[in-house]
Amino acid sequence: MAVLHTTNKSPMQTRDLESCLRLSRPGSGILLMEDAVYGALKETAAGTMLSKTTKDKRIYVLGPDLAARGFTPEEVVPGVEVVDYGGFVDLAVKYHHVQAWV
Amino acid sequence: MSDTQDEGRGIPKVKRFMLVNRKAPYGTIYALEALEVVLIAAAFDQDVSLVFVDDGVYQIRKGQQTKDIGQKNFSPTYRALGDYDIEKLYVERESLEARGLAADDLLVPVQVLGAVELGALMDEQDVVFSF
Repeated sequence: MAVLHTTNKSPMQTRDLESCLRLSRPGSGILLMEDAVYGALKETAAGTMLSKTTKDKRIYVLGPDLAARGFTPEEVVPGVEVVDYGGFVDLAVKYHHVQAWV
Repeated sequence: MSDTQDEGRGIPKVKRFMLVNRKAPYGTIYALEALEVVLIAAAFDQDVSLVFVDDGVYQIRKGQQTKDIGQKNFSPTYRALGDYDIEKLYVERESLEARGLAADDLLVPVQVLGAVELGALMDEQDVVFSF
């Protein structure tokens, strides 16, 4: 069953995102929220790593957390979908369950 | 040393304080707490430097809009620091580059220094606070 993984720490401070990418299965969704949104940005090592996984996993980033930190959807790597809080709820419903990498 | 003479006359010694910011804003309380401390140090007329390293550089990224996360946008405070005579703001070049950022992306004028120069500056301080 497809799982929605969430991560909320900067990929430059912890290795949560790497572990999440390594252990999540194809078909999973991965939502970056809070400080994890930095991982979805172009011109960063994490962004490059993420752009290689958008084929077999859906990657989402929480828009309000992106805006709070001064970034726009245009600065997110292609293939990553920006969602709002309503979109987060829809994802939580759509996937079988939610696994948080805190 | 002049410091000792000052103390002898009852004039408080001015120390060199450096605050090292290494965390992104909003995800944790560190960035906001560092701002509180920098303003306190300024109130005591100390020699204060503010440094942004690693994810700390994100604290002064332009265009922060926090309305939808229900937190106060404290980023304009960095621009007001000059009014408190805090004008020594340093950013590590390596940290900026690793994040695809340039000085133009920052909301306040800073001096961009390489790790070697910044390390030397850290060495010269009396007190270094880490956030």
